[in-house]
Amino acid sequence: MTTRIVELRRGILKKNDELAAGLRANYAAAGVLVLNLVSSPGTGKTAFLERTLRELKARGSRVAALVGDLETDNDARRLAASGAPVRQINTHGICHLDAEMIGKHLDGWEGVALGALDYLFIENVGNLVCPSSYDLGEKIRVVLLSVTEGEDKPLKYPTMFNSADAAVITKMDIAEPCGFDRETALRNINEIRPGIRIFETSAKTGAGMEEWLEYLAQERAGRS
Amino acid sequence: MHELSLVTSIVETVVETLAALPDSSGSARVLEVRLRVGALASVIPESLEFCWGIVSEGTPLEGSRLVVDVLPVVVHCAPCGQDATLDGMQSFRCPRCGELCAEIRQGRELEIDSIEIDDGEVKP
Repeated sequence: MTTRIVELRRGILKKNDELAAGLRANYAAAGVLVLNLVSSPGTGKTAFLERTLRELKARGSRVAALVGDLETDNDARRLAASGAPVRQINTHGICHLDAEMIGKHLDGWEGVALGALDYLFIENVGNLVCPSSYDLGEKIRVVLLSVTEGEDKPLKYPTMFNSADAAVITKMDIAEPCGFDRETALRNINEIRPGIRIFETSAKTGAGMEEWLEYLAQERAGRS
Repeated sequence: MHELSLVTSIVETVVETLAALPDSSGSARVLEVRLRVGALASVIPESLEFCWGIVSEGTPLEGSRLVVDVLPVVVHCAPCGQDATLDGMQSFRCPRCGELCAEIRQGRELEIDSIEIDDGEVKP
């Protein structure tokens, strides 16, 4: 028996990473700013995105959204009320979106061309673990945390929070009755992802949306 | 949660690698697969091992060992001008000076490091 060691040094997610790099190049060529929204189920990604789409449209921006869920097109129907083109991705049991799913749904999307968009939002499957491993070619990964979830969520899910480029705290309108400890939450986010931009928002009252929209405009102008 | 798809991808990659080895006899078998998994990769080694036997069955990897080297998080501390290994992931502070460190030098790896193969019958 002759045995030998063969060095591979090959990424396990190489296929996804290559597809994501292709998507990233397409987004850049089209001049569209792409954001990947990740959170637990129930954080309020859809409500936050609904308001974001509506406000951006009102300001004359061209926006669209892809939304991932295991089943149902409920979220796509909610988001479509904003008037923006929205496409549902059903993963049928898969716990995250991957670059291949994004590529497929962009290709066959009738009436939507990347070049005719200013912003594309990807609402990921509600899960604070697996989506952190899958690059979708996005420029900005946004992690959302609601005031009902507990201030220690960043400490519990450091892999996701550490991979994010921006953090959004949602449901700030009910922070007080929930006993939300704002200082602790901000500190925990910063311990896990030092220096990250944090937005404190309420999709219901519109609190914090102005600052968020300003950030989007700056990122689009400066980086896309 | 997606360890099954990761293991499927690992097995496929190794099978492709074997087929592409120029000096292989074609009857090569894999004895060991070694992975490098960073602490920030969101992957649980035990879950990979759990799927290993099932996915590798009927391939040249059947019966092989899966070895997972878990790599701790290494950050770069600007004030110290040095890299520092973190004990855990509850705080991204330099263990020397206590400064928060945004730059990650190690911990996101998710890769096949190497394979050990038995070439079987080597033709003279």
